[in-house]
Amino acid sequence: MDDVTPFLVLSAILFSIGCVGVLTRRNAIVVFMCVELMLNASNLALVAFAKHHGNLEGQVAAFFVMVVAAAEVVVGLAIIMTIFRSRRSASVDDASLLKY
Amino acid sequence: MIAFWVLAPVMVIAALGILFVRKAVHAALLLAVVMISLAMLYAALEAPFLFAVQIIVYTGAIMMLFLFVLMLVGVDASDSVVETIRGQRVLAVMVGGIFAVLLGVIVGQAGIGTAVGLGAANEGGNIEGLAEVLFSQYVLAFEATAALLITAALGAMVLAHRERLVPRETQADRAAARVRAYGEHGDHLGPLAAPGVYARHNAVDTPALLPDGSPAEQSVPTVISNRGTGRPSPSYRDVDRVVGQLQSRRDDQDPATDTVVEGSGSAARGEDA
Amino acid sequence: MTLSSSTLLTSAAEGGHHSVPVVEAMSPDGVFSLLWLVIALPLAGAVVLLVGGRLTDRWGHWLGTATVTGSFVLSVVMFVQLLGRDDAERQIGQHLWDWFAVGDFQVGMDLLYDPLSALFLLLITGVSALIHLYSVGYMEHDPRRRRFFGYLNLFVAAMLMLVLAADYVGVFLGWEGVGLASYLLIGFWQHKPSAAAAAKKAFVINRVGDIGMSLAIMLMFVTFGTTAFAGVSAAAGDATESTMTAIGLLLLLGACGKSAQVPLQAWLLDAMEGPTPVSALIHAATMVTAGVYLVTRSNFVFENAPVAQTAVVVVACVTLLWGAVIGCAKDDIKKVLAGSTMSQIGYMMLAAGLGPAGYAFAIFHLVTHGFFKANMFLGAGSVMHGTGDDVNMRHYGALRKAMPVTFLTFAMGYLAIIGFPGFSGFWSKDKIIEAAVAENYLVGAAALLGAGVTAFYMTRLMLMTFFTKERWEPEVHPHESPKVMTVPLVVLAALSVLGGVLLLGDWVTTWLTPVVGEVEHHELPVPVIVLTGIVVVVVALGVGLAVLLVGRREVPREAPQDVSFVTRAARSDLYGDAINDGLVVRPGGVLVRGLVATDARGVDGVVEGGAGLVGALSSVLRRTQNGYVRTYALSVLGGAVILVLAMVAVTW
Repeated sequence: MDDVTPFLVLSAILFSIGCVGVLTRRNAIVVFMCVELMLNASNLALVAFAKHHGNLEGQVAAFFVMVVAAAEVVVGLAIIMTIFRSRRSASVDDASLLKY
Repeated sequence: MIAFWVLAPVMVIAALGILFVRKAVHAALLLAVVMISLAMLYAALEAPFLFAVQIIVYTGAIMMLFLFVLMLVGVDASDSVVETIRGQRVLAVMVGGIFAVLLGVIVGQAGIGTAVGLGAANEGGNIEGLAEVLFSQYVLAFEATAALLITAALGAMVLAHRERLVPRETQADRAAARVRAYGEHGDHLGPLAAPGVYARHNAVDTPALLPDGSPAEQSVPTVISNRGTGRPSPSYRDVDRVVGQLQSRRDDQDPATDTVVEGSGSAARGEDA
Repeated sequence: MTLSSSTLLTSAAEGGHHSVPVVEAMSPDGVFSLLWLVIALPLAGAVVLLVGGRLTDRWGHWLGTATVTGSFVLSVVMFVQLLGRDDAERQIGQHLWDWFAVGDFQVGMDLLYDPLSALFLLLITGVSALIHLYSVGYMEHDPRRRRFFGYLNLFVAAMLMLVLAADYVGVFLGWEGVGLASYLLIGFWQHKPSAAAAAKKAFVINRVGDIGMSLAIMLMFVTFGTTAFAGVSAAAGDATESTMTAIGLLLLLGACGKSAQVPLQAWLLDAMEGPTPVSALIHAATMVTAGVYLVTRSNFVFENAPVAQTAVVVVACVTLLWGAVIGCAKDDIKKVLAGSTMSQIGYMMLAAGLGPAGYAFAIFHLVTHGFFKANMFLGAGSVMHGTGDDVNMRHYGALRKAMPVTFLTFAMGYLAIIGFPGFSGFWSKDKIIEAAVAENYLVGAAALLGAGVTAFYMTRLMLMTFFTKERWEPEVHPHESPKVMTVPLVVLAALSVLGGVLLLGDWVTTWLTPVVGEVEHHELPVPVIVLTGIVVVVVALGVGLAVLLVGRREVPREAPQDVSFVTRAARSDLYGDAINDGLVVRPGGVLVRGLVATDARGVDGVVEGGAGLVGALSSVLRRTQNGYVRTYALSVLGGAVILVLAMVAVTW
């Protein structure tokens, strides 16, 4: 338990998986979950760094990330609801009118 | 570290599962697994407050929100596995892989050395320590998050609000509409007959009988008649027989007897008679 | 200025004929303080008539006549006042306000009243008043008579500004003002395409001259730092001769444009499309003499630029013969008079180009010409009025019985212009020929020849119009014009006869001495009386030839076509238009077409080609904007990867 490197590597892996999920999944809710996964991965890195440096600021930062994520989820899901209500679809590819 | 080596594979597998499962509900459940595991890792990393917050806020609140939305959108709405954008999937995996390898290699090679540990920082209690940092150094940011949360709540309300375009329909309006429909198309004015007067097992799919003994079509809910799950006509045959007996008896006896009331108990009773 | 004018004039008198007088004005007092009113009256009239619209229709023409008459009365009063003054006190300046001041360049709205302006004032306001009166009758049936009088008043105001300004910029203001009025009046009947075209032509050709004028003014400012007559005349002797030559030639270009001198003569004949009073007032009596005024007023420039003076003489000689030849061939009575005007202005320019020997005679001839040419133009208008607006002399004949007053007054003008002994033209033209002969035999011969030709074509005009057989259409009933038209004719005829009195006791030369300097006296090769005799004989020859060729023969109603080359050339204005077309218009057209093609193909090609290139590139690049969020997210992630790689590369 003296080296936090494994935690950081795990964080990187989870983050990358989240990225790939955002890029490949089309259901807006799943995409959103992947974004949450990425946020959580970064939180893990923050908490690991807090332990590494021996102060609590990393944990405070992770706390803030959580608060922002909560706000983001509220608004994001409301947007998804609105889109679904008008288009009867939760696919991110359907909302592609803003193009050439 | 034991906790880490146990949880890490679980988390990676669960995360990969999010990528592959077709149903969004399954993805949500897998994400919950990742999050709970993450909470445990927080505990292992000497962050008990975040451990609690992770479980309460993420797993408790945010995941519930996801599930609620899934419920509204349709639980069994599943993604098609066919990729519509050419090259997107290959490129995404490639770039994501490069990214993962890059970060992993950097972190692995960095050799940041032995961790200091939070023993000293958590001396007066983890929560007290966090509170001290949060309410001194980051008090402004903390207040800002308050504003952010209120704004988010307000925004969600605005987005979810549905504007009423026409005035609410009152009872008087409905009555007037019904009379109008009667006047124009000759629609039935009063309440429809209740079904299942002679039902033997399911009162809803059995039509009521009109005074002349024929079944009242409108007494069966349209959903059932459209699905075709109403009682098939052979099941009315015994009813027909009862009607026939009653009529022959009426020919013999006093015709003033109310046949409907007589036979209203059940079909079985009618058979007994 | 440090020297007082009296000292300067004394020194001018002592220094002999080569010192040039300096303009130095006194402050106005008494009636002279009303100098501004001379301009303001017709200007106010123009404003009222043009702004007032139909409200002024009923009395507008009388208002127009009244304002000009008021100016005339003021001019006469001031003239009489000026007569009572010493030579040294005859330059009166009035500073109205500072017009503009830009750095060192200061131009005041200054007026200058001196003997030269005084004569012009009398001529302009007097003739204008008569022509306004005449127009009341002439334009009676025109629905836009009020507007006509507004324009006329505008013209008079501008012309007075031109001759009263004490600054070249002020002169330019008036110069452009008369150009505008001339344009408006030539095109007064703009429903006729020919009138509209003539107005445009006059305007454009005048602009060419105006460029010379404005360049001269700028050059003066650069050289002297001022454009006021006073400053320029005081410093003129100090400038280099080449500068003065340039200024002089540029002023000559301006004068050529306004006075219809070769090579800018082509507009004057077409200008006859305007109503006849306009032709009389603007294109015979006053505006076209502005060039002569300019040369005379700028004597301090030309005295220091002999080359420019020679150029003036050459231009003048060419023009006086050019106009005379045109006058011989035209059948349109107004065009004959227009050619004659060109020719007579040529005489004035000739005199003005001769320097101090001729300035006074130029002005003298200008005044007498103003009288008799206005008289004849108005007479021609009267003839047209009586014959249903026909201008072709071949359709006239024997009108003397039908319109006796017009005939008699016209005859006075005729005798004056050919230089019949005793009439005004005789005195003025004779003096010019004298001065020309004294200066140079060739110039003298040209002037003499011009006199003969003038006699020929004017006699031809007289014969075809008033004598020979009747040739008018049966439905035309020639009749005398109303009183309101004949009274000005009578007055002008009287002036044409008596204009010569100005020369009595050399009054006019003495009068103008403060402005143009002492008259030089050259020795003539023959006694004066002999030269006069020669002139009279030449004139008589011209008259005789005309009687022989026109009076004794039948005048055909249609112009004969099988005529000599000379006649054909003269009929087409000596190919003035063709020359302009060939030298300026067509090369200009080719140049412009070339430029347009270059612009359309070259410049636009580069610009539009560049735009097309960017557009094509964009239409390829915009394909990347496919609207899919996931594609954009992929590029964001790619960017992040590149960023991380870059950081790694920098760190390691």
